[in-house]
Amino acid sequence: MLNSLLPLLIFAALAVGVIGALRRARLWRQGRQTPVVWAHLFLMPKRYLNDLHHVVVRDKAMAHTHVATAGGFVAAMALALVVHGLQWRNPILGGLLLAASAVMFVGALAVNHRRLNPPEKLSSGPWQRLSKSLLAYSVGMFLISLPLVGVAPTVLGGGVLALILLALVAWGLAEMLIGMGWGGPMKHAFAGSLHLAFHRRPERFDDQHRDPNSSERHDAHRGSRSTALFPLDLTAKALGVEKPADFQWQQLLGFDACVQCGRCQSVCPAYAAGQPLNPKKLIQDMVVGMAGGSDARYAGSGHPGLDVGRHHGASNQAIVPRLVEAETLWACTTCRACVEECPMMIEHVDAIVDMRRFLTLERGETPEKGAAAIDNLIATDNPGGLDNASRLDWAADLEIPRIQDRPAGVDVLLWLGDGAFDMRNQRTLRALVKILRAGGVDFAVLGEEERDSGDVARRLGDEATFQRLAERNIATLSRYRFQRIVTADPHSFHVLGREYGDFGGNYHVLHHSTFIAELFDAGRISVAAPAQAETVTYHDPCYLGRYNGEFAAPRQVLAALGLEVAEMARSGYRSRCCGGGGGAALSDVPADLPGRARIPDMRMEDVRETGATTVAVACPQCTAMLEGVVEPRPRIKDLAELVADALVEPVRATNATSAPSQSREEEPA
Amino acid sequence: MPQPEPQAIAKRPHGVKTAALVSSGRHPVSGRAGRAREDARAVEMGLALVGADLSLVHAGDPEQASLRESLEGYLGMYHGLDGGRPGDERDGQLSLLPLRAGEDAVAPLAAWLEQRGVRLALTGQRAECGEGSGMVGYLLAERLGWSIATGIAAIECCDEESVTVLQALPQGQRRRLEIRLPCLIAVDAVAEAPRQSAFGPARRGRIETVDDLLPADESRLDTGSADWRWQPARARPKRLKVVKSTNARDRFKAAAAKSSATGGQVLTDLSPEEAAEKLIDYLRAEKILAQDDQ
Repeated sequence: MLNSLLPLLIFAALAVGVIGALRRARLWRQGRQTPVVWAHLFLMPKRYLNDLHHVVVRDKAMAHTHVATAGGFVAAMALALVVHGLQWRNPILGGLLLAASAVMFVGALAVNHRRLNPPEKLSSGPWQRLSKSLLAYSVGMFLISLPLVGVAPTVLGGGVLALILLALVAWGLAEMLIGMGWGGPMKHAFAGSLHLAFHRRPERFDDQHRDPNSSERHDAHRGSRSTALFPLDLTAKALGVEKPADFQWQQLLGFDACVQCGRCQSVCPAYAAGQPLNPKKLIQDMVVGMAGGSDARYAGSGHPGLDVGRHHGASNQAIVPRLVEAETLWACTTCRACVEECPMMIEHVDAIVDMRRFLTLERGETPEKGAAAIDNLIATDNPGGLDNASRLDWAADLEIPRIQDRPAGVDVLLWLGDGAFDMRNQRTLRALVKILRAGGVDFAVLGEEERDSGDVARRLGDEATFQRLAERNIATLSRYRFQRIVTADPHSFHVLGREYGDFGGNYHVLHHSTFIAELFDAGRISVAAPAQAETVTYHDPCYLGRYNGEFAAPRQVLAALGLEVAEMARSGYRSRCCGGGGGAALSDVPADLPGRARIPDMRMEDVRETGATTVAVACPQCTAMLEGVVEPRPRIKDLAELVADALVEPVRATNATSAPSQSREEEPA
Repeated sequence: MPQPEPQAIAKRPHGVKTAALVSSGRHPVSGRAGRAREDARAVEMGLALVGADLSLVHAGDPEQASLRESLEGYLGMYHGLDGGRPGDERDGQLSLLPLRAGEDAVAPLAAWLEQRGVRLALTGQRAECGEGSGMVGYLLAERLGWSIATGIAAIECCDEESVTVLQALPQGQRRRLEIRLPCLIAVDAVAEAPRQSAFGPARRGRIETVDDLLPADESRLDTGSADWRWQPARARPKRLKVVKSTNARDRFKAAAAKSSATGGQVLTDLSPEEAAEKLIDYLRAEKILAQDDQ
């Protein structure tokens, strides 16, 4: 009986699963079409085994569980097809099938153990069921295959036991094969593999680790080369994403790959602060929108403060506000922590910015403060609405050379950024100028010709204003000669270095931490040892670290200063955002909710845990956000300030560029 | 053009053709062209009243480089209208009345308002560049025989015959006025802030050039301005009132006063000669006319 029913069962499940899979693929293809390169399917195994596993393995126990379960399942399924499906009852294959089922069983036990008291980040519902189905499949397949190696009597093929085993296998097959095609939890394997193959950012998988001889210090981090937002064609008929079908089909495919593991949820700063954003729920909202229906069946944590089950969508229905509330989109700081943690390589930030683009460009519904910043950018080239000619007011006594007076060109163009209008950041800039002078760097500034880089406008979804600023900045830069750009603002660093390339601006841009580290390496500056031992910690800015892979240089600078660095639990690529990026600080979403800590307060708590008395920062936004935390708290010092304080002025009798103003620099900033 | 739903019409002053007169603004810090602040408020008021039925008009030099940019700023405000259902939204339309150098805007504007059957015209109180005399509204109303109300903060309701508005007075006071239609309303800077100008609607809005309104003749030329000497406007000096009171409330009131509205007198039923006499007396008392100036 088994010999006739089992193949039937397997092929029936396979066929139904395939029909479901084709229907699923039709859902993805509702999105904007791009050419499908089928050859990319061959990239999938390497991307899975290398890049995806690289992320999964950050949770070692889970990685082992997944290797056992998934590996066991794939092997057991393939062998079952041959042995039971095609009836090639080879004892060796049978033995392998038993082994694979056993491995899968061990993995499934671990899955079930984790599901006994599931952490808050996990979804329940079908995902809870999956753990049982895994057991059913592995146990059923193991027992039903025992006769193949002659361990059990072949008469197993009749009677009640056989029926029970068949039922177990049928349950397993229904979950694993039919569920894979028809939107069950196992969908993640099918959609996830295709997503890896057809990922919209193939650069994320280019496994080029840092070349020790390269002068490029960033790029050290996997995936950090593909963090620039995609440019928007402003002549297109529809701007941004209004309805799920406006996403590119690979994005829809990516949403469908979500395993609801909740890693994004547990690292999201907005979620932790109780703001109405849960990245995991947002991705599931997109799936609901793509497939049509309501979010009532979602079995995980919702957007804080918003009830689950009240929203519904369809692929051709506007997303905001029926499927997703606008405040959910505006709560995002674009810190990319979710993207960094996502084992399925889903691009949450791209999706959020795409939807913001529609809200801003088509609906004119940017939050009030954000809209004011955009208006100011249009009228005055800076978000504060200040006279752009006052960009250098803080340096009136520094006699900083203008690049306009240096037709022969300079080595370093110092890009000031909008921090030049902020009194706190002006101290950092003065410190940086002092360091550049001490190092004998040939530098100049653009002065009032410098415009905002367009970072805030772009993250707020105003691609039109961003592109206008980018084009004007590129036109300005093309008139002057310089070797490289140095900036103390990671946002300018990212936009100039990564995002201007799409508009014809290709520059060698360095963050000031990288440049100062180079000065140390070259022995061009020297510092005094700290008077007393002090513990500092370093806060990685999102746009320097996760976006651009620069984790080493700031630590190198701190080491050169002789400071002891106590790392925070969340540092490096897992650094927690300060809350100031992506225009989130300009949204109307309240930052301090009753009973919840603000994002910078949580970060300051991380700092306190290290026992550090000073937190070194490397970004004007982070400085402002962290200094906004009420005292008493550790001091906040930019790397440039720390270096400038410790600087030992070398006796440089004959240096024309730095001599005239040295006496003035020593005045307190 | 899709018809708005009957329900939406019922709430609106159906049949009262409404237009907003817009000009090119000048940013106070950068001097860059854009929406003029009061005109944008007038458009906002119009959009809130009649939605996308509001038509826009501008009289100016079509050759001016930054003109399109500032006009698109107004067209970009045509969103969130018609019940807010995306897809049903209609794009903005702006009539551009081309002026050559030295031509006055009043005649073509008046002709356009008559030709289109406009009965309610909204505008800011004064332009931010050019002459900025604040006279266009008065001259138009005079020429068309319309009512005019200035310093308007809000429209309360509007029907076929009249419109009820709130006029802004110093220190946050408001005066309710009921005005017969047709009328021209000059919107104050305290009116509802304009909505964001969005790129998409701005791009889709249509600017049509209307140039066959008037036969070309000399009367359109603004002959007076030919002899003028032009210089950048400066803020008028504010008369300081030294308040010696030790009472904090009085000092605060004096400091917060917008312009003194006390001490005036309301004169009615005067003959034109008597009225002129009173005005001259007043100007002399204020030392605006010299005592011996005849």
